[in-house]
Amino acid sequence: MKYVILGAGPAGVTAAETLRNVDPTATITMIGGEPEPPYSRMALPYLIYGKVGEDGTYLRQDPKHYDDQRIRYIQGRAGGIDSRAKKLSLSTGEVLDYDKLLIATGANPIMPPIPGSNLEGVETCWTLEDARQILKYADKDSPVVLVGAGFIGSIILEALYLRGCKITVVELAPRMVARMMDETAGGMLGRWCESKGVKVLTNTRVDSLAKGEEGQPRLQVGFSNGESAPADLVVLAVGVRSNTGFLVGSGVKTNTGIVVDNYLQTTAPDIYAAGDCCEGIDISTGKPDMLAIQPVAVEHGRIAALNMAGHKHHHRGSLNMNVLDTMGLISSSFGLWQGAQVGETAKLVDEDNFKYMKLEFEGDKLVGAQCVGMTDHVGMLRGLIQTGFSLGEWKDKLLVSPERLREAYLAVAHAHPTTGPMAPHINTPRVGNHAGASGH
Amino acid sequence: MLKALVIDAGKCTACKQCEMACSLENEGEFNVAKSRIRVFDFHTEARFVPYTCTQCAEAWCQQACPVNAITTDGMGVKVVHDNLCVGCKVCTIACPFGTVNYNASTGKVIKCDLCGGEPACSDACPTGAITYQDVEQGGFDKMKVWATQSANATTTEGPNTPKAGQASGTGH
Repeated sequence: MKYVILGAGPAGVTAAETLRNVDPTATITMIGGEPEPPYSRMALPYLIYGKVGEDGTYLRQDPKHYDDQRIRYIQGRAGGIDSRAKKLSLSTGEVLDYDKLLIATGANPIMPPIPGSNLEGVETCWTLEDARQILKYADKDSPVVLVGAGFIGSIILEALYLRGCKITVVELAPRMVARMMDETAGGMLGRWCESKGVKVLTNTRVDSLAKGEEGQPRLQVGFSNGESAPADLVVLAVGVRSNTGFLVGSGVKTNTGIVVDNYLQTTAPDIYAAGDCCEGIDISTGKPDMLAIQPVAVEHGRIAALNMAGHKHHHRGSLNMNVLDTMGLISSSFGLWQGAQVGETAKLVDEDNFKYMKLEFEGDKLVGAQCVGMTDHVGMLRGLIQTGFSLGEWKDKLLVSPERLREAYLAVAHAHPTTGPMAPHINTPRVGNHAGASGH
Repeated sequence: MLKALVIDAGKCTACKQCEMACSLENEGEFNVAKSRIRVFDFHTEARFVPYTCTQCAEAWCQQACPVNAITTDGMGVKVVHDNLCVGCKVCTIACPFGTVNYNASTGKVIKCDLCGGEPACSDACPTGAITYQDVEQGGFDKMKVWATQSANATTTEGPNTPKAGQASGTGH
């Protein structure tokens, strides 16, 4: 069997390893679009502020790992796919035959249409090469403008802050992390940033990027509020979109991402997709959505690989969740954090101490949650949401006292061990661990 | 023979010696907030439940780690490698048991690793609520046994609180 995996992020690497596990004799080729060993984009902020070196971003540390696994790792970018002839052509000219193909090409940063965004010192923060560029310009006390205060922008914000940069963050939405948390949480984050000396401009757009005057910082950034600011570095983080452009004419249907079924198979025969490039099922809505987060990429990679290898595995869906450290203020959100259409909400707000917890219920089930300034046992929120336990009387207790979450978890989760987070079937299967796992 | 923490919540008096011992062993200080085992207090019912990582086979934490900083050792224990952990905290939200926590003073995550085979919590427990015992079954089998025997349970007893002789926790 010849497996080809296009992409060497967490989805691609997990898929390759899973395939090797279940099919020891297969030929596995994994194609990365960048020159480095497979690495995690999530680790780039930690590289930027010096917590790790470049090798600290690698998905697997052992340089011989892929050879040992007999995974052929090559560099190249997709040229095109002939899904009838089952051939993938690469930008390098190489043409690969496949029996099963996995597309795990991830996402690319969206480039906002700002004049001057091609100037030196205007960077995205998506690749190792981007990080190297940022390191060139982000010195201590350098003025930096960060465009976008979404989840990724806010993570970069912390890295730049820890490097000692003087930061202005510009966000089009009325608050920070608008797609991850509500007004209360976003407002808290904004106040926290201001208290750390970061200038936060919400409801604001960057209109222009120009070269700075002689003797001034490299760039001058114009805002929609009429103001402008000098900058040694401008980091663009306005969002990402699935990397699917090369699929035109391939028979692989795309929407905002690649369309996949519950087995992560695309509309083309023997072609699967996983991770940021595709629209897997969101377990909270039952509908396809692009959930561009690490755990989902890994989950997809494993499930797609099992299906490619003929071990049918139905994907119930992935839970959207994020955790963010904003200069020491840690926040997280899970599932339907915006609330159910018809549901109830429990809230704990302590503006003075930057603490917030909000639980969203539908019937007597927890369907979403947000936390600011609370980290202990926060994974229990995932446990309760993903398993869909009936909370029974505990829902009423939580409506009054959301801080009793841990008690509620122990009381409820441990009363349902066969369907609880203890049961493997709610998550991705582990190869060799099928015995006893229900729901496969 | 693999060994696991066996927790009998009925014997717990909430003295928190386990938390103190864990914190001292792993963090070098008496700070229960940094303990990897926690005693949950159902104060309205005067009931206490020691709670920590079961070293589950699924290892959501390990799967979620972007830099391979959590691995499974030969005893099935999920171990955080401090030299690799970047402190991204994704494992803390991915673990559906909530047993991986962030330690702000080190910028790394912490979880129970059975103290490398000599768990300080069980040594410190004066009532036998936490013991470290040989296990014969794999984790999911233990869970099934537990589930069968407590199918009608309405209490908060869980896989961490098996009857005597049953093993819970790690060891596969």
